[in-house]
Amino acid sequence: MDKSTLLDWYRQMVLIRRFEQRSAELYQQGKIGGFLHLYIGQEAVAVGTISARKDGDHVITAYRDHGHALAVGSDPKNVMAEMLGKVTGVSKGKGGSMHLINVEQRFWGGYAVVGGHLPLAAGIALAEQYKETDNAVLCFFGDGSTNIGYFHESLNLASVWNLPVLWIAENNQYGMGTSVSRASAVPEMVDKASAYGMEGKSVDGMNVIDVFEATRSALGAIRSGEGPQFLEMITYRYEGHSMGDPLRYRTKDEVEKWRDDDPIGILERHILHEDIAGKEELEAIDQSVEEQIEEAVQYAEESPLPAPDALFSNIYVEA
Amino acid sequence: MARITMRQAITDALREEMQRDETVFIMGEEVGIWGGTYAVTRGFYDEFGEKRVRDTPISEMVIGGAATGAAMNGLRPVAEFMTINFAFLALDAIVNHAAKVHYMFGGAIKAPVVFRAPGGGGRQLGATHSHTPDVIFAHFPGLKVVSPGTPYDAKGLLKSAIRSDDPILFIEHATLYQVRGEVPEGEEYTVPIGVSDVKREGSDVTIVAYAQGLQVALEAADQLAKEGVEAEIVDLRTLRPLDMEPVLESFKKTFKAVVVEEGYRSFGIGAEIAARIQEEGFDYLDAPIKRVAQLETPLPYSRELEQMALINKERVVEAVKEIV
Repeated sequence: MDKSTLLDWYRQMVLIRRFEQRSAELYQQGKIGGFLHLYIGQEAVAVGTISARKDGDHVITAYRDHGHALAVGSDPKNVMAEMLGKVTGVSKGKGGSMHLINVEQRFWGGYAVVGGHLPLAAGIALAEQYKETDNAVLCFFGDGSTNIGYFHESLNLASVWNLPVLWIAENNQYGMGTSVSRASAVPEMVDKASAYGMEGKSVDGMNVIDVFEATRSALGAIRSGEGPQFLEMITYRYEGHSMGDPLRYRTKDEVEKWRDDDPIGILERHILHEDIAGKEELEAIDQSVEEQIEEAVQYAEESPLPAPDALFSNIYVEA
Repeated sequence: MARITMRQAITDALREEMQRDETVFIMGEEVGIWGGTYAVTRGFYDEFGEKRVRDTPISEMVIGGAATGAAMNGLRPVAEFMTINFAFLALDAIVNHAAKVHYMFGGAIKAPVVFRAPGGGGRQLGATHSHTPDVIFAHFPGLKVVSPGTPYDAKGLLKSAIRSDDPILFIEHATLYQVRGEVPEGEEYTVPIGVSDVKREGSDVTIVAYAQGLQVALEAADQLAKEGVEAEIVDLRTLRPLDMEPVLESFKKTFKAVVVEEGYRSFGIGAEIAARIQEEGFDYLDAPIKRVAQLETPLPYSRELEQMALINKERVVEAVKEIV
């Protein structure tokens, strides 16, 4: 990995983390409403995977979508404006935290019904196959999604039709408050993929370099005609499922143990240890991210609300 | 003009649209090699190939969702649910995704997907295969729900549906597949979605109906005419968006209305039409608005019992006579 790539990944991961921390504050101040699902702890997954895609590849995810929205290159200003329900938001204030989108970057959005976007990913991939392109779809979902019917129907169809989908299970150990061992008949998500003819690979989702390499290799396999691929990213969310989670299902010790493997920390140690950059350079990135986030918050706060007539717009394309 | 069946009209619409637009394709259970369980796509697999006529596993959730995803990414899928009863399994894909993506992402994407689904009772298929759940789907803004009652409308509406940029549920009452009607030969036409149509003129009572209910209403009107009562029949054709104008126009002439639907009476199409008539035409009300609908029971297998629960000509005639 060259220096600029590593520093860019570092910047992206810090950006996501700071965005999430600021979002939590704004939620507590009542400026963000609804549900808020933070991506803190999982940053290496969105950054490492999405960095490995080529122009033309698609991204789609569930409701814990801020990280993916930022990793595809969305302007934090418009993402934050969406969190605040402003007309300048990426979904014009109609989607909110769970429904961010960026069509220009082929990010098809966050979807809030567990598993509901997996068949959409299959369909998006079908359209690429139909148009005879070599574009693939990166479809992200949590471990909890692997227990819903959508998962099984979608993986099966993708294999039967040889659709160019990279299924990315972000195994953060819990579906809401229910641990994988209490919800899933098999502990390894990759075992479920094998039922549909996919040899899944389990990846250290806290290590952005590992994530990137695994994704690049899986996308290569898809493009060389090996069919849909499956990656399980072993990761952890430091915060609750959403704001207001009582966190009764895990211990503080467990969280602390995972924090020792912090994805930003791992990358930072790598950069310093390998003499890729010095502490000052990283601090300068931290500082510029800080400013970017504050600008985003200010932009969002100063942006206008949607006009009342927006209530009835976009229900249909053809009125 | 040729007299063709509704099945043929739907087949013709699909074929013509697939010939016209390369992005139109069909997916569903047994649509390909089998030729469609109602034989609507017979011959398509050989004519268009497996790329455009796609047999799916028995997986309604992914049929609904993958068709939506393909539509989002530039194709024009016509996804067939073998029957509308199985579309319940895809309810989330239809109402939470196909019907919502345009709105919830602020207009950034669209989902021009058509879901075709045969439905309805009267074929001794028992409680789970005989639903007329049109109203459930018509409840949600974002989805358009179309259900034709004649071959002419079926062809013209399906062509409009495939060309539309909005998600559309196209409900075909299975007992209508054999119904024949006039359809122009070799002449291109479409029927607009969201436009109700007067199918019979009359001055004594307005009968509002659609799909199989339209055929029942037409039979009842013939019977009534023999007895000196002239019914005007308004065919809704589209349930959402609902075009009330022809209904109100007719009502303001007849002052009386009967709504005919095959679905259940409670919370049904008739309830909606009656409410709208009293809201928008209260001063013209001369009599209670009558509703002829399915009796409130799951449909049984036994033919005699099943027919008791369904709408028929006699019940419509009786309802009309109560108010004229």
